[in-house]
Amino acid sequence: MIQRTTIVFGLIAAGCAALALEALHARIMLRSEQARMAGSAELVRRAGLTDLALFTEARFARHPAMADLHTAFQDNPMSFEHFPSGTFAPRPASGFGRGALYFGAEEAVQ
Amino acid sequence: MTGWLRRQRALADYTLAALARRRVKNAGLLLIYALVVFIVASATLFSSAIRKEAEIVLAEAPELIIQDLVMGRHAMISGELVEELVGIRGVSGVKGRLWGYFYDRVNGANYTLMVPLDETLVPARGEAIFGEALPRTRGLNWDKAPLFLSRFPGDLFRLNPAGRLESDSALVSADLILIGEEDFRSFFELPEGVYTDIAVSIRNSREIGTIVEKAGRLLPHARLITRDEISRTYQKLFSWREGIMVVLAGACVLAFAVFAAEKASGLSAEETREIGILKAIGWDTGDVIAMKLWEGGLISIGAFLLGTVLAYLHVFAFDAALFASVLKGWSVIYPDFALTPMIDGLQLSALFFLTVLPYTAATIVPIWRAATADPDQVMR
Repeated sequence: MIQRTTIVFGLIAAGCAALALEALHARIMLRSEQARMAGSAELVRRAGLTDLALFTEARFARHPAMADLHTAFQDNPMSFEHFPSGTFAPRPASGFGRGALYFGAEEAVQ
Repeated sequence: MTGWLRRQRALADYTLAALARRRVKNAGLLLIYALVVFIVASATLFSSAIRKEAEIVLAEAPELIIQDLVMGRHAMISGELVEELVGIRGVSGVKGRLWGYFYDRVNGANYTLMVPLDETLVPARGEAIFGEALPRTRGLNWDKAPLFLSRFPGDLFRLNPAGRLESDSALVSADLILIGEEDFRSFFELPEGVYTDIAVSIRNSREIGTIVEKAGRLLPHARLITRDEISRTYQKLFSWREGIMVVLAGACVLAFAVFAAEKASGLSAEETREIGILKAIGWDTGDVIAMKLWEGGLISIGAFLLGTVLAYLHVFAFDAALFASVLKGWSVIYPDFALTPMIDGLQLSALFFLTVLPYTAATIVPIWRAATADPDQVMR
């Protein structure tokens, strides 16, 4: 009869092997994925893009890096949130009315 | 050495038999534990993959963007400034960028119209290059189908397709419409000589700081955005998102912590009696502790492996289907993108130490207390 330890150790070894296979898969895919990312980077360079096209509803969602500094209230005083993607904006770092996507002077110097 | 191994194997065998006696409870523990690891690992794998993607892709963004600000809001910038900026030492090129938004009433989506900086990419008059999501959401089923945009009732602006951007680059271009400058200015009724912002190329990236300082002195009201800031915006954005996901999983983690602590620290009367019997038949404290170490180790390593292997499959083979809306967000025209599979060794080790070690440690302390006590007292 097969001992319990043999089965369980076998399962753990299979789990380790699966994890190693996944790491290998990531490694193998890297070459083709790098070519794909290089293609995107080339488009970014040629067109002069600055942002990811993830959320297209409003300018502060489509171009968070380019958006005005006080985006939360910019369209009307009650506009806390227009879109679900607004939840992507980090909470204010300190105090009221200062979005954390804004870079402070100390960060900009870095 | 062989003797030690044989001893450990016997201990593991005994542990497994003990676990099998409380089969349902331990299987439940393993599954919940694996689920917690799965949720946290999914969030971590997804976020690190998209952060890496954003970092690589946006590394080619313009070194410096100069925006004009009027009353604290982004305004069009004069083309005359281009000449002034070219004069700054270290600047290799200055170009006015033209880009803007168009809200399409047909599908309720916003498009980004843009004139590419590279002249070889600029389509001919009346033509446009479309991003991946645009033909999909507007139902332009054949390659030559023109796009009609209506700016106001009764208006139709025709754009013939000059090509389509590959879906491989959807993450940066899904909603893009690339058109020529003349078309752009006539579409938005924009006067000559003004731009949305200015892109500055810098020869040596180490000089960016100095050039930002000089440009800031030249244009005191302008906002200067460096490539590094663009990249950091996205690093922040996705770290924040990962944080939200982990906080959402926090309730699950907490419930698990209570469950595991109860299981691990509050020894049941049955387990205490078992330890007493083991000691009475000659096991020493070290054996009992080793046996419990095996128990904690086997459960936590099993849960870690199960959770992590499934999380990788979930994120990279099934596009994070279970929490896609939380991790990716959603939008009227959302890019159809795949992520580059990657396993970050450091993150994986952190996850391992945060899940396996605390649980194994939590099982040891109460056992040590019971195992060092007198068998007679423990069994009573």
